[in-house]
Amino acid sequence: MIKIEEKLFQNRYRVDEGRPHIQISNPQVCVDDCKTQSCTFVCPAGCYVVDEKHEVTLTTDGCLECGTCRVICSEHHNVDWSYPRGGHGILFKFG
Amino acid sequence: MAEKFDAIVVGAGPAGNAAAYTMAKAGLSVLQLERGETPGTKNVQGAILYADALERIIPDFRDDAPLERHVIEQRMWVLDEKSFIGTNYRSDAFNSDQPNRYTILRAPFDKWFSGKVKEAGALVICETTVTELIQEGKKVIGVRTDREGGDIYADVVILADGVNSLLAKKAGFHGELEAKNVALAVKEIHFLPEEVVQSRFNIKGNEGVVIEIAGAVTHGMVGTAFLYTNKESITLGIGCLLSDFKKAGIAPYTLLEELKAHPAIAPLIEGGEMKEYAAHLIPEGGYKAVPTLYGEGWMIAGDSAGLVNAVHREGSNLAMTSGRLAAETVIALKERELACTALHLARYKTALDDSFVMKDLRKYKELPDILHGNPHFFSVYPQLLNRAAHTMLMVDGQDKHSKEKTIRGSFVQQRSLWGLVGDAYRMWRATR
Repeated sequence: MIKIEEKLFQNRYRVDEGRPHIQISNPQVCVDDCKTQSCTFVCPAGCYVVDEKHEVTLTTDGCLECGTCRVICSEHHNVDWSYPRGGHGILFKFG
Repeated sequence: MAEKFDAIVVGAGPAGNAAAYTMAKAGLSVLQLERGETPGTKNVQGAILYADALERIIPDFRDDAPLERHVIEQRMWVLDEKSFIGTNYRSDAFNSDQPNRYTILRAPFDKWFSGKVKEAGALVICETTVTELIQEGKKVIGVRTDREGGDIYADVVILADGVNSLLAKKAGFHGELEAKNVALAVKEIHFLPEEVVQSRFNIKGNEGVVIEIAGAVTHGMVGTAFLYTNKESITLGIGCLLSDFKKAGIAPYTLLEELKAHPAIAPLIEGGEMKEYAAHLIPEGGYKAVPTLYGEGWMIAGDSAGLVNAVHREGSNLAMTSGRLAAETVIALKERELACTALHLARYKTALDDSFVMKDLRKYKELPDILHGNPHFFSVYPQLLNRAAHTMLMVDGQDKHSKEKTIRGSFVQQRSLWGLVGDAYRMWRATR
């Protein structure tokens, strides 16, 4: 099992505490309507985690701001996605 | 801030920097807005810099641009589980005074480019996210930022805000990206002493090697991997279509770990210290997915306009070229005192159509559809090629004629004779 946290640990972030730039619009849609829950495995930063009740929780601290979650949620459009406030979020050292 | 500029450029990547630089140098008042702490901190690329596109903007860039290595050897590998078959092209002719391509690291490179933009006279403001375009009816007249009193006005806005292109989407200029038209790539950078990089790749000084990889590492998904040599580091990554990731149920970092563990790759990065992990979307829909490129008071360039030639792994050169052409359009209109209306900005589209940017995209316009319909190009063929090589190279008492028969048989069994002919035809049609 790959620990994504170990990869993200190498990165530099300035987290905008208490102001997540991405939100699940309606968490109930993930439980009731989404069969694939593909955000929970396609997100390259592992920001989306599903629990035993099929509820999906999102933690944006390690987000790489790629846009994958928004694009793959094409059936439900349940991801409210914007960029972090200026200067916040991932800060690539090498890019 | 009720100031008004000749032009506002959103984003400080290759497209935005090319646009801002070109306009500022021509004496226009230019404001460039970037959401990163400094230009480059939000930007991700492999990265290969193609000299030509930048040379047309900054002819003497080689004097001070932070370049890693100039590429003298290109390897193309097709992987099976434990093997690879491939080709190398290496030439001392690439060791000229004016090398054609370089490996770069985008964070330092973009910072350098932005320095040139400032020198040219543009006002560059970082740590500022543009939240929406300000419109008067259909006409874009400025941008709204996340700063207090952050409305700023200009005669024209050039959108170079990257693949997600949120601003144009919000304004209704185009729709959401489709998962089949976009690749998700993940990559890592591993640091090694300079001498180790040189000896492992048989290079001296600033010579560099790039390896483009296809085959088993993508689990049959449409995608490729890459490994680039930098001065004191190696960048390696892998990308596949988002729609394929979704279907396959595989995490991108799982593919990256498998790539790193592959017997052809592992020895090349052994002992390296991983210092950054990045992910990025690449617009790969090609010609058919290119959105409307201009309108009343706006133009769109680079990744935000989907200008990527996925076949040849070219993007930043298309970005710089489109940014430059957008800027030249504005300059020409200013000179003639013409307004930045859609009618006049249409010149930008004409200039792009006449350039290699749209010509190349048009050449491969059928390829995305063909690859979607023929995933065996990424699964069956790599395996067949590797096994054919293995069969021919194993000296085991079997005669060569029988070996050839075995190989032919394996191709026909996997794809049938008509399948093989059809595949050859489809590839020809897609790339002619």
